[in-house]
Amino acid sequence: MSPRAAAPPVPAATDPALIRNFCIIAHIDHGKSTLADRMLGITGVVADRDMRAQYLDRMDIERERGITIKSQAVRMPWQVGDTSYALNMIDTPGHVDFSYEVSRSLAACEGAILLVDAAQGIEAQTLANLYLALENDLEIIPVLNKIDLPAAEPEKYARELADLIGGSPDDVLRVSGKTGMGVEDLLDRVVERIPAPTGDADAPARAMIFDSVYDSYRGVVTYVRMVDGQLNPRERIQMMSTRATHEILEIGVSAPEPTPTKGLGVGEVGYLITGVKDVRQSKVGDTVTTAAKSAAEPLAGYTEPLPMVFSGLYPIDGSDYPELREALDKLKLSDAALVYEPETSVALGFGFRCGFLGLLHLEIVTERLRREFDLDIIATAPSVVYEVTTEDKKTVTVTNPSEFPTGGKIAEVREPIVKAAILAPKDYVGTIMELCQSRRGTLLGMEYLGEDRVEIRYHMPLGEIVFDFFDNLKSKTAGYASLDYEPAGDQAADLVKVDILLQGEQVDAFSAIVHRDKAYAYGVLMTGRLRELIPRQQFEVPIQAAIGARIIARESIRAIRKDVLAKCYGGDITRKRKLLEKQKEGKKRMKMVGRVEVPQEAFIAALSGETEKKDAKK
Amino acid sequence: MAGPLPIADPAPADGLLPASATTDAASRAFGVYLHVPFCRVRCGYCDFNTYTSGELRGARQEDFADQAAAELGFARHVLAASGAPDRPAATVFFGGGTPTLLPAADLVRMLGAVRDAFGIADGAEVTTESNPDSVDAVDLRRLADGGFTRVSFGMQSAVPHVLAALDRTHDPERVPLVVGWAREAGLDVSLDLIYGTPGESLADWRASLAAVLAERPDHVSAYALIVEDGTKLARRIRRGELPAVDDDLAADMYELADELLGEAGYEWYEVSNWATDAAQRSRHNLGYWRGDDWWGVGPGAHSHVGGVRWWNAKHPAAYAERLAAGVSPAVGRETLDHATRETERILLATRIREGVEVSSLHAGGRHAVAGLIADGLVDARTALAGRLALTRRGRLLADAVVRRLLED
Repeated sequence: MSPRAAAPPVPAATDPALIRNFCIIAHIDHGKSTLADRMLGITGVVADRDMRAQYLDRMDIERERGITIKSQAVRMPWQVGDTSYALNMIDTPGHVDFSYEVSRSLAACEGAILLVDAAQGIEAQTLANLYLALENDLEIIPVLNKIDLPAAEPEKYARELADLIGGSPDDVLRVSGKTGMGVEDLLDRVVERIPAPTGDADAPARAMIFDSVYDSYRGVVTYVRMVDGQLNPRERIQMMSTRATHEILEIGVSAPEPTPTKGLGVGEVGYLITGVKDVRQSKVGDTVTTAAKSAAEPLAGYTEPLPMVFSGLYPIDGSDYPELREALDKLKLSDAALVYEPETSVALGFGFRCGFLGLLHLEIVTERLRREFDLDIIATAPSVVYEVTTEDKKTVTVTNPSEFPTGGKIAEVREPIVKAAILAPKDYVGTIMELCQSRRGTLLGMEYLGEDRVEIRYHMPLGEIVFDFFDNLKSKTAGYASLDYEPAGDQAADLVKVDILLQGEQVDAFSAIVHRDKAYAYGVLMTGRLRELIPRQQFEVPIQAAIGARIIARESIRAIRKDVLAKCYGGDITRKRKLLEKQKEGKKRMKMVGRVEVPQEAFIAALSGETEKKDAKK
Repeated sequence: MAGPLPIADPAPADGLLPASATTDAASRAFGVYLHVPFCRVRCGYCDFNTYTSGELRGARQEDFADQAAAELGFARHVLAASGAPDRPAATVFFGGGTPTLLPAADLVRMLGAVRDAFGIADGAEVTTESNPDSVDAVDLRRLADGGFTRVSFGMQSAVPHVLAALDRTHDPERVPLVVGWAREAGLDVSLDLIYGTPGESLADWRASLAAVLAERPDHVSAYALIVEDGTKLARRIRRGELPAVDDDLAADMYELADELLGEAGYEWYEVSNWATDAAQRSRHNLGYWRGDDWWGVGPGAHSHVGGVRWWNAKHPAAYAERLAAGVSPAVGRETLDHATRETERILLATRIREGVEVSSLHAGGRHAVAGLIADGLVDARTALAGRLALTRRGRLLADAVVRRLLED
């Protein structure tokens, strides 16, 4: 008989002792969404016929990449013995870029399922989130997933998990989200092990916002975890960070479709709709209280999201600029961390300087612009935030190499650094250390996880990480290494701006702030790439890399000598004209830098490092 | 196989032309092109519409002259019914393929069909292409007697390893023989060369030019090899069996050709064509560049009359079927609008010595002229006199010049 609850607890009238709030911590492809889907099916909140793969992941991109960006919470009934419980599963984002959102999701729970692929073992991001969970005093339930896989090594990884969090390897549950094996035991374990929430039902209401999602039909849907008191329909609420008040138009729980309720009480998890249209008015981490009876103190832990990585986004077709602005305005409604302002580039025209939480965030935003708004865009090389002090004691915040003060009056440049943790099989330790050292890393420590895997910790400049570090790490470790990092302050560094000049004209999109020791290498790399990527012109084109007025590297593209089709194909003039039209079409996709025609593809390829030989034939 | 046909409107079965195509036809020269789509072997670089005996799917070479005659009869009817004035052919050109794979008698019979359909103007230029190994003294005499005035030999190179890379089967020693026979028969002679063949050195090319000049032909064509997608040559280069064609070397070769031919008294009149004097220029090919009218007879042949272009079914069997059914052999055509005709006019006229008239350009094109002079692409003196003539460097960059002239 199915242990589905016969009489599920009713929202707003549930004894906190019957509530369990938990999340699942897992690496990107370790099967979190599949397990969550299986739980929805087993507890009966989603009928089998409505099941679609990865039910909780709403956006196409998430489903395609198998990663969860926006978290949600689902209330599931579950019966153990004679008692019906309400389980709230809070789906956390899995990626380091969203660690603040992760930390708020964790703060909404009392326990966490630590889900690890039985064929792969734990990964760096999972470890990072595990640390966060332990910091939040969550009860951890270790689980190995995908035990149905032939490559699964449950004994080995059970030992690894036991080593990591204490306890015996026998305590590690073994499940298969795919077949459903072990999932009922896991739900029982959640009830048994995870503490019930506690709070003061009579105190002024306090609820923490752990997610805020823009819905084009309903406006912003705010997900909250009640700590104290109660929230009711039609009540006026107040956001404690801004003191702004709104009326609750709808309050409810996700089951998993939004289901209005008579309110939310202590320990419950649900959503609020107030009619606001911008997620910035309902910020993750903020505390919601009632306007009539405000709480004195907000809940701890709120911070403003801070962009760490900046990049210029430009429409490939300049006339798409208004569409890009509109698209960013729309994305902003659902992405509180996205910041942007207009920017002009000599080479790329009109665009926006955008701030992101990290590289994945950048990638997701550009992908959404392409997919949801059908925009062709170029992203310039990602840059971090530098604090530059000039000799006259002025401090400039530089998020774009073009803002870097010129003229040699710089007293100090400070760059952000991070604590990076890399997990990899022990055979790659040497390779990884070499790579980190070459990126100005300082070794902090190294620890074995189980028999053959090592966690290596480094202090590294964030600027080095955003410059293709992860790609390098992956390629040098056959894809085995995983990376996590967190901000760790800043440091003074000998940084310079390297400019790239085409026929004497500076191409701002290629300027970069790099360490003085790396300036030459960057100059050689970029001039070499451009020489391969820019087609020959009717004149010779020198390509130079310069620090200020000093040229540090030089290449040149020889003038093209032959650009003519010799024959006329026996009177087939139509074919010749079509060739001309194709050539002219190709020219439209060129950006002019001075007199030099640079194909859009060359910008993209040079910025992404995908250097393909330009087509030699005409 | 040959490259794809352009995408265009379907051609009407009756072949009739709009009034716009024929109203001022009297002001344009009229030529006839006959495409003979047969070859003994397919050369590795060739993407022309031509077939070896194994590829003919039932079409027969010996029926071809009658089919061409049938299309010529159809052509006469279409032009007359479309309101075109009677114009005798000022030029007739047999191309291919290898026209001289057909017996000389067939070629003469086809020329007769042109005469029956349109008449042939006094002093008309009547050319056939030929491979050095597909004709002999008797054939050439028969052609001359039958009304041909000119023969254009596909010599391509005088260097055996270059000929081999091109899959050409003739012995270079045969070229002086056929040139001698053509002269004895009273035919004007053109020698056609290809340069930039994989493996061909500048010295090889110099040797070929010297061999040409030793024969003192009336006319020389030198075409840069184009590696067309889908050819055997393209596959061999992709597989690394042959080196890729180096555009810079091809440019050196062009410059050498222009220099040596110029010193020997040949004057360029089109990017790839030189002649001893104006009378020896190929009037038929000039018709293409000048936007004149011509009817293209044969499979895959292209025609142009007054801004309407059309092209025939490519395969000889499909072509023959259409003619037999009494419908136009054309499978596609396009009627050019004014802007497209202007584009083509500039595209084509820029390539010839007389060039484009500056005053005929639109504002953007006129604006580009100063830059073209400054970059050494057009001759300054001629430009000041009102016409754009390409310099040697300009001829090598002719497509770029055209793009600049067409800029808004």
